Amino acid sequence: MTETSGKKTFLGVPVYRPKVAFFELSSCEGCQLQILNNEGTLLDFLSLVEVVKFREGMSGGSDDYEIAFVEGSVTRPDEEARLKEIRKNAKILVAFGSCACFGGVNQLKNRFSLDWVKKEVYGDHPIETAEVKPLEAVVPVDLRIYGCPVKKEEVERIVTALAIGSDIAYPKYPVCMECKANGNICLFDVGEPCLGPITQAGCDAWCPNSRAGCWGCRGPAVDSNVEQLIRIMEQYGFSKDTIIDRLECFGGFASYAGQLRSGQKI
Amino acid sequence: MKVNCDINVHHLTRVEGHGNIKISIQDGVLREATWEVVETPRFFEAMLVGKKWDNAPWICGRICGICSIGHTLASIRAVENAFAMVPSPQTVKLRVLLKHMETLQSHILHLYFLAAPDFLNIGSVFPLISSSPEVVARAAGLKKLANDMCDCVGGRRLHPTTTVVGGFTMLPDRKRLADFQRQLADAVPGLLATAELFKTFTLPDFARETEFVSLKGESDYPFIGGDLVSTDGVVKAEDEYRQMTNEYLVDQSTSKWSKLSREAFSVGALARINNNFKFLHPAAQEVAAMFGLAPVNHNPYMNNIAQLVECVHVVYDSIQLIDELLATPWQEPRQQVTPKSGLGVAAVEVPRGILYHCYEFNQTGQIVKCDCIIPTSQNHANIQYDLTALAGQFAAEGMRDRELELLAEMLVRAYDPCISCSVH
Repeated sequence: MTETSGKKTFLGVPVYRPKVAFFELSSCEGCQLQILNNEGTLLDFLSLVEVVKFREGMSGGSDDYEIAFVEGSVTRPDEEARLKEIRKNAKILVAFGSCACFGGVNQLKNRFSLDWVKKEVYGDHPIETAEVKPLEAVVPVDLRIYGCPVKKEEVERIVTALAIGSDIAYPKYPVCMECKANGNICLFDVGEPCLGPITQAGCDAWCPNSRAGCWGCRGPAVDSNVEQLIRIMEQYGFSKDTIIDRLECFGGFASYAGQLRSGQKI
Repeated sequence: MKVNCDINVHHLTRVEGHGNIKISIQDGVLREATWEVVETPRFFEAMLVGKKWDNAPWICGRICGICSIGHTLASIRAVENAFAMVPSPQTVKLRVLLKHMETLQSHILHLYFLAAPDFLNIGSVFPLISSSPEVVARAAGLKKLANDMCDCVGGRRLHPTTTVVGGFTMLPDRKRLADFQRQLADAVPGLLATAELFKTFTLPDFARETEFVSLKGESDYPFIGGDLVSTDGVVKAEDEYRQMTNEYLVDQSTSKWSKLSREAFSVGALARINNNFKFLHPAAQEVAAMFGLAPVNHNPYMNNIAQLVECVHVVYDSIQLIDELLATPWQEPRQQVTPKSGLGVAAVEVPRGILYHCYEFNQTGQIVKCDCIIPTSQNHANIQYDLTALAGQFAAEGMRDRELELLAEMLVRAYDPCISCSVH
């Protein structure tokens, strides 16, 4: 790509720079920070898109955008209203990270009644909160970028595809495949629980590469066999509680965790 | 004398999380100066209940997207204290090294990307990419080094993977550590250039007498664990943290507030330096001297400079830590964990100030009660009192609305608040 008089061109043709905006609902804002954490490729990334709103990084901004990246989950009525407004403005709405895709760690709150969680943290002080929902429970979502946190390489790959209008493909295999390809020893053999065999790939087995078992932050892989994984984990001696902890942590497998907890067959 | 003024900043930019500033002056009287925190609570303290001990660092790290390493390390320390575990000297050094690099990346992010644009009269760092590419490259280079080291030691710069109760899942490559040590030495000129850049900025002339709270250094500049101290002379043990924080609820904030000897107190880089100046590396003390920063400094805008001074300190201290780590072969990375019932408290200095995690466990190692007190929640009341004093002082001087608004925004930004963290 070359730059002449401020316009990026590729083979002499001007490159289209979509206007993008970043928003956050209930979250740690870490997925957005991953953008600023791309020091090595940040400038390239910024030449690909035109950032018109990014509250954490810039003052001002505009509501004229095509792609909205929304981080976080919906946990209060005013967030539903904000999200609907963003949906109205955006051509493409991207659920950015596990909180937006599945509720993330926030949805662990849904194990309890709202009255109890409010009392536990705020006592009798009035506080507003609601059941935690992923974005798609409130508005249609066009695209999902998984992970807690999202992986910068994957974000760049997807944004590049969006900018040049090519198809966005997700791996059709689980994290376990990536882990094997990286030559790691199987964590089951060293006593570490892992959801690699059922979790959507694309992170290059980020956690297992560090000998930390997968917690399923990217949600289920295509055709994942959760029932079989539970059986294997039981054979390796992992307790039911350990398996539930893993399955329910980020929300992608919450329904399986719920079934397991209530003793139903999966 | 300012007669009328109406400032309303909704969702302040260039800070983490959601807060509003309102200032209203009518007929020369300050009617309102409010720092409002409207962030949605996520209820981490409730989520943790019923979870096994090994979930705590993994989930609690997610409280914050900037200081996830600090939260993870505080969480681990609270679990280890509850189970009466003592980390090995190697683990202690690696944890401090990892924390130093989080401090460096967080402070550089704040100084260049969040704070500097105000002094340069621009809305974000982005215009500098074309106007001063060397400045952006310097900031990106320093941040990248810190983040790459976090990847190396912690497995990941955000939400680390190798850090567990008992130690580390795996140890960093020794050759890479040696390589990073050289890069740290090479980074010093970049930090001095940062000091030169900030020397060209004029810090607002404002001070309000404040109580500053931090860990209490015994022989070193403290980062993980130990006694708690305030500039008003309060000293408490780590597990007496509640007497240091005294949390209460107010209507203008979804975050809790804190107080100690006065109506409010401050935590963060300036508080650490005000309490532990003598333990700073001499090179860091020299940078402090460039700006006339000496304890006890009561100008909240000076927190920017305090962060810069700490950047110099952590770089020199990391070089020393790597020397010590490389002097002996790697020992066992991880201890066995035996859960037991009881209470564990951790106090850790994270970029924005002192952070406390406290968990109560039952006999099987399940959490029955959880309490996290975040640096920014301890700062909210102090921001409010500063804002009132600032609005009063500058309104009396007849400052224009736009200037007052900018100074108010800069005041909040100087605290580098992590608002979603403070509400958690």
